[in-house]
Amino acid sequence: MPNYRIHKTEYIDETKRVSFKYDGKTYFGYEGDTLASALLANGIHLVGRSFKYHRPRGIVSCGAEEPNAICQIGSKKDLTEPNVRATELELYEGLEASSQNCWPNVKFDIGGINNFISPLIPAGFYYKTFMWPKSFWKKVYEPLIRLSAGLGKSPTEPDPDIYDHKYVHYDVLVIGGGVSGIIAAKMAAKNNFKTLLVDDKKILGGSTIYQNNESIKIDDKLSSEWLKNEIQEIKKLSNLTFKTRTSIAAYHGYNFLLAKENLTDHLPEEKKKNKIRQRLWKIRAKKVVIATGSIERPLVFNNNDRPGILLSNSINKYLDYYGVTCGENIILFTNNDSAYETSISLHKKGIKNIIVDLRKSASSELIKQAESLGIKIYFNHVVTNTFGYRKINSLEIMKLSEDGNTTIGDKIKLSCDCLGMSGGWTPMVHMHTQSGGKLDFRDEDQVFLPKENSEDQISVGSCNGDFDLENIIDKTVNKINKFLDIDNQDYQDTNIICSKENDKRNMWLLPNKIPLGKTKCFIDFQNDSTAKDIKLALKEGFRSIEHVKRYTTTGMATDQGKLSNMHALGIIADTAGVKMGKLGTTTFRPPFTPLTFGTLVGRNVGKFFEVIRKTSMHEWHVKNNAEFENVGQWKRPWYYPKNGENMHDAVQRESKAARDSAGILDASTLGKIDIQGTDASEFLNRVYTNAWSKLAIGKCRYGLMLNEDGMVYDDGVTTRISENHYLMTTTTGGAANVLSKLEDYLQTEWPELDVYLTSVTDHYSTASICGPNSKKILNKLFPNLDLSDENFPHMSFKEDKLENINCRIMRISFTGELSYEINIESKYGNSLWKMCIEAGKEFNLTPYGTETMHLLRAEKGFIIVGQDTDGTMTPSDLQMDWIVSKKKYDFIGKRSLYRSDTVREDRKQLVGLLTDDPKEVLEEGAQIVSDVKSNPIDMLGHVTSSYFSPNLNKSIALAVVRSGKTMKGQKLIIPMENKNINVTVSDTIFLDKENKRLNA
Amino acid sequence: MFLINCPFCGERDQSEFSSGGEAHIVRPKQPTELSDDEWAEYLFMRKNIKGIQFERWNHVHGCRKWFNVVRDTSNDKILSVYKMGEKPPVNYK
Ligand SMILES: [Zn+2]
Repeated sequence: MPNYRIHKTEYIDETKRVSFKYDGKTYFGYEGDTLASALLANGIHLVGRSFKYHRPRGIVSCGAEEPNAICQIGSKKDLTEPNVRATELELYEGLEASSQNCWPNVKFDIGGINNFISPLIPAGFYYKTFMWPKSFWKKVYEPLIRLSAGLGKSPTEPDPDIYDHKYVHYDVLVIGGGVSGIIAAKMAAKNNFKTLLVDDKKILGGSTIYQNNESIKIDDKLSSEWLKNEIQEIKKLSNLTFKTRTSIAAYHGYNFLLAKENLTDHLPEEKKKNKIRQRLWKIRAKKVVIATGSIERPLVFNNNDRPGILLSNSINKYLDYYGVTCGENIILFTNNDSAYETSISLHKKGIKNIIVDLRKSASSELIKQAESLGIKIYFNHVVTNTFGYRKINSLEIMKLSEDGNTTIGDKIKLSCDCLGMSGGWTPMVHMHTQSGGKLDFRDEDQVFLPKENSEDQISVGSCNGDFDLENIIDKTVNKINKFLDIDNQDYQDTNIICSKENDKRNMWLLPNKIPLGKTKCFIDFQNDSTAKDIKLALKEGFRSIEHVKRYTTTGMATDQGKLSNMHALGIIADTAGVKMGKLGTTTFRPPFTPLTFGTLVGRNVGKFFEVIRKTSMHEWHVKNNAEFENVGQWKRPWYYPKNGENMHDAVQRESKAARDSAGILDASTLGKIDIQGTDASEFLNRVYTNAWSKLAIGKCRYGLMLNEDGMVYDDGVTTRISENHYLMTTTTGGAANVLSKLEDYLQTEWPELDVYLTSVTDHYSTASICGPNSKKILNKLFPNLDLSDENFPHMSFKEDKLENINCRIMRISFTGELSYEINIESKYGNSLWKMCIEAGKEFNLTPYGTETMHLLRAEKGFIIVGQDTDGTMTPSDLQMDWIVSKKKYDFIGKRSLYRSDTVREDRKQLVGLLTDDPKEVLEEGAQIVSDVKSNPIDMLGHVTSSYFSPNLNKSIALAVVRSGKTMKGQKLIIPMENKNINVTVSDTIFLDKENKRLNA
Repeated sequence: MFLINCPFCGERDQSEFSSGGEAHIVRPKQPTELSDDEWAEYLFMRKNIKGIQFERWNHVHGCRKWFNVVRDTSNDKILSVYKMGEKPPVNYK
């Protein structure tokens, strides 16, 4: 097996060998490696296939910007993870990874054919081709694209890992632990700012930590040695916290940032167990220092995507940090000085290399050093083509013409096994722009820079466009002193020596004699878009960068165009003849790197997914076999199946029992609002449509509440407990909103009213007993209470004691039966319920759930707000004009009831429907029409509630139908998939129109 | 995520609050006197300013009090908070 690890470094522990599997084969690396560095040490460059053309692709970078080395980690159904960058994944014993984008395998695959038909896959190909016919999308195109594009597999079972969230507050947050971040953090912490320093890598130090060029020195030490010292020093500072393996995902307004800390991803399987895998930090910082550095740019030339072509600086890091060389015969292609550092470092370790430099000539300390070492430099040359299928094996260079627009002379063919490219540096301005910061453009090296406009955040170091060490340190110190309003002298006498870059030559699309249409000059490696695609988009009329981006999909892959956005912009600017700075950028959206769903949801999974509210009687319902329904956050008994009954049978039995003898419902979830104050009656007058002033003490009244637009908002019964004291009930789901709406009116529109609102929903439990035998049951529970119709009529209220505990008893009915609601303090709710059940035994008192409740009320034509209404129904639409006071001067929504639109006669109105076949039960939500032959069919409305009534022995339904009020007796049709159902419009009340049962 | 300085509780995270739209829209005292157009103006019409905007906020997961906020919608900076019934600060008019 080849070994490309050529020297020892302090970051690789060669005493700790680590075995791992890649694409099923076992390899070895060392502790300290990333998956990428370990693969390179084994001579593996080819790690995947490209998205569209399935071209072989290799590792390009050493960090978050990696477009190609995207892996699937693990193979377990619950633990596998797609889209992991091999360049960021730390190696651990037992790691199993596979290349992602290469079905059926990386070395030979069917998609490779796309490479040969690529002239047929231009920009917008997916939009143009797969749009038609529509039915093909789901069944043919999408599965095919997914299969051959291999977007990675998501786990198919719940994630067993533990994730965590944590809130923290700091004076100063420093993002990035490179040289400028370390200086900023030290200055802040030493001046009494509580400081947090985060860095996404395993260790602090950024790219300076492995810097070893003799021409770059601080205080006579190698810059890396100097920085290690600084890091030792900041670790001693008590008010500085630092978090490594922690990356900022999002920078929101008001210096609220989200960071992801990796806690166990680098540990072997057995050490991960029972530990928190990742933690999401929610950080509030008074001030934020952004020191996120910069990313090296690729160069855009023909066939710039072969395995073995990397960023020049990444070759340097693999060499000096990991001890791994990316080749034995390397060519560096550059337009700036930084590749010379790589070159010198390679040369010192005995790796043969030459430099191809776009610049006509250039001079600096670094270049002098390279020249004196005898490194061959081709100035004013450009790479025009590369060769080698699974890995680069040679390339061609040509001389540039005087104006640089074309190539001249003969092709020079050079052999190599690795190509490093450096197109300059792009400052990472993501954090700055996410925070709302604007950008400036610097022409000389074509970079967008943070425009400082905030007291709360600042960018320092190379993310601010300062590239040489002297500049970085001097400017960082000055800016931090000013930003924090301090006078730190620590770096006053720091002596920095570094090579200064004097010459630049930036070209986005490099010249080539081959027509562009026949080249493959890749811009976005991950989404496979080329310079040709960008030009085609412009030709087809796209101008906005946001449109070109979407049309060509440039920058839209999981790397979000970290390596490609600038090139796309540059080529658009050059082609359109616009200044690049004028073009603007695409939006930098969070997260900076992909986050796992686990991190985002933290511990809010399983039973913690949402708050669950249970009534005091819940345990009884569970013991008695209830099926539950979620109503808002409440768990409500839905029905109580007996002896293997299905839902239908259970509901039929419960409904019949309630009407024939007695039923009991847990009504504790209804919203309850305690209303007190001298203006309580006036307040109710204003919020309900009907009149309240004359409601006698001890009486109850049903009320309908509207929105200011006249639409029904909520309903419920309110009881007058004393002169200035009412108890309002609301729907279960509407409780919180109603309280909030009432508070709004009280505090903002009617502050003069003396009214106090308190939610008492959780304070009382409610058992509702209905049916002809309910009075007998009440009599057993409250023997001293006079239950006669004279003393305790329908819609009235009494207080009594149950074993010395106060109860509020309302005689109100939502079923149309004689019915009582017993309210008791919640801690006694379960006892109350059990006593009711006990007392009801001899009367076959049957517990019933929400489904039966819905059925019983539908038989009586009582609406459920939110089921029979949808925010577009007025009281009149519901045929409830009787509840709207004509006398009251004003109430919420009154004026809207005679807007031209609300008085329209052809509004949808609530009606009853009876099916011609009484056994046929309609589907709720089904459309209603009068004529199925017209084209298009005129939709008249829809079914809102539908049940089979055991008490009437037929199907009943409520529906909203255009002009429904005038249609009684009319025949309508419910068209279903395989038949048309004939119905007749009826009254909304199906049972006991005379309300005889209320006083049975 | 804003930090909002509730006039009753002090600075709190935005997640404790809910927004209630434009401030200083007074419910007409005599709605029945209004034409459809006038009522619609009150009911539906709201400003959506890029710049300084007066808003209502409710400390819904806190003291439940409504109050007013002056916010620059172009950069989300909250310039002032004041209680219901108080006059808006004049310097932002
Ligand atoms: Zn508050």
